Amino acid sequence: MTTTPATDPPSHAASPALPSARGPLSEAVLAVLAGRATALPGTGVVRRADPYGEDLHLLLYVLYELHYQGFDGTDERLEWDPALLTVRAAAEDVFLDALRHDGGTGGQDVSATVEALLVEPVGDDGHGVSHHLQRQGELWQLREYAAVRSLYHLKEADPHLWVVPRLRGRAKAAMVAVEFDEFGAGRAEDVHARLFADLMADLGLDPRYGRYLDAAPAEALATVNMMSLFGLHRRLRGALVGHFAAVEITSSPGSRRLAAALRRAGAGPASQRFYDEHVEADAVHEQVVRREVIGGLLADEPGLAGDLVFGIEATEHLEDRLAGHLLAAWRAGRTALRTPLTDTP
Amino acid sequence: MVVNRDGPILVEGPVEVVDEDGTTTRSDRFVTAICTCRRSRTHPWCDTSHRRRKPAVEPSRSGPDDRERPTGEEGPRP
Repeated sequence: MTTTPATDPPSHAASPALPSARGPLSEAVLAVLAGRATALPGTGVVRRADPYGEDLHLLLYVLYELHYQGFDGTDERLEWDPALLTVRAAAEDVFLDALRHDGGTGGQDVSATVEALLVEPVGDDGHGVSHHLQRQGELWQLREYAAVRSLYHLKEADPHLWVVPRLRGRAKAAMVAVEFDEFGAGRAEDVHARLFADLMADLGLDPRYGRYLDAAPAEALATVNMMSLFGLHRRLRGALVGHFAAVEITSSPGSRRLAAALRRAGAGPASQRFYDEHVEADAVHEQVVRREVIGGLLADEPGLAGDLVFGIEATEHLEDRLAGHLLAAWRAGRTALRTPLTDTP
Repeated sequence: MVVNRDGPILVEGPVEVVDEDGTTTRSDRFVTAICTCRRSRTHPWCDTSHRRRKPAVEPSRSGPDDRERPTGEEGPRP
């Protein structure tokens, strides 16, 4: 398979540099994005890749990134290159099959699935990253957590916008209202991605978009790839809404613990502001998403109940995997990143 | 305004809440969730402290792979 040769001028310089490859699949795709090659892996090889592996997830991540900020020096037209989209589709099949098999129960009961998220564990059950950080998190762990989460938070709420044209009436109005809040309600300084960049600077991290892509493990890439996957496919609109609900419902108490962890570790005011804002904002968003977005979507399209449940369960599944990775590394006293942080706090 | 038994009162914003001691707190958010359970640590706004709780499962001694599904773990926040 080959791609259309690049002739357009390189994209704007604010886009991040291409990351380093993590295996033969991502290496081939990165060479094409860099304009150094035209040959892509066959779909058969992609379909045999580890569905949670570093190579597959970096491949997916860079192909999705073409729809966000792109990469410095990459031809912007490659976003819709048919050969790259064919490779991406094969990788998506591998990932989605694994999510459905390992994460989904096949359940249809949206209310029960949402209710289960609304029950908070008392104290630390040993599995929660925010519980760990609140109780015994050290500053270096908080910095690693922020670096890993920056992949999402610097594009916070972006993938969820893609669902808007696929919704109607109540669900659409409520989704847009919540997104408006995410994007600072008209104020650039309150855009949640900007608040996170301020938090990173406060922690002595580099707040530039895409800066920690090379450092982030596959478990972190997978959480962002899932949002892009659900957001970019109309057929997965129910899963996108379920995912969004899961995040909004679990965010408020988690943010409260992270704000406490940052206070305890002596982080600056911008660090706390990000999570303090999310405690308050997401307590509202949770209500609006449950009543209006889920309620509205189910009233319009009751057949999407199974996909809503799947979106919630897939989110939990990937968050569990990421939490397991972070906590195992930190409890062993080692970095959870692929390359340790070099910037000093 | 939306009132429900097990959660906050939802009011379309902007909202000003005047406390017993005369303190005024303002929110410009499109909807505001006002705490009714009196447990919120961000009073007068809801912080989800009204939620039902369940005992935590004991931390696993054998590592993160040998674990039950956590409930209410935080995800990335949109």
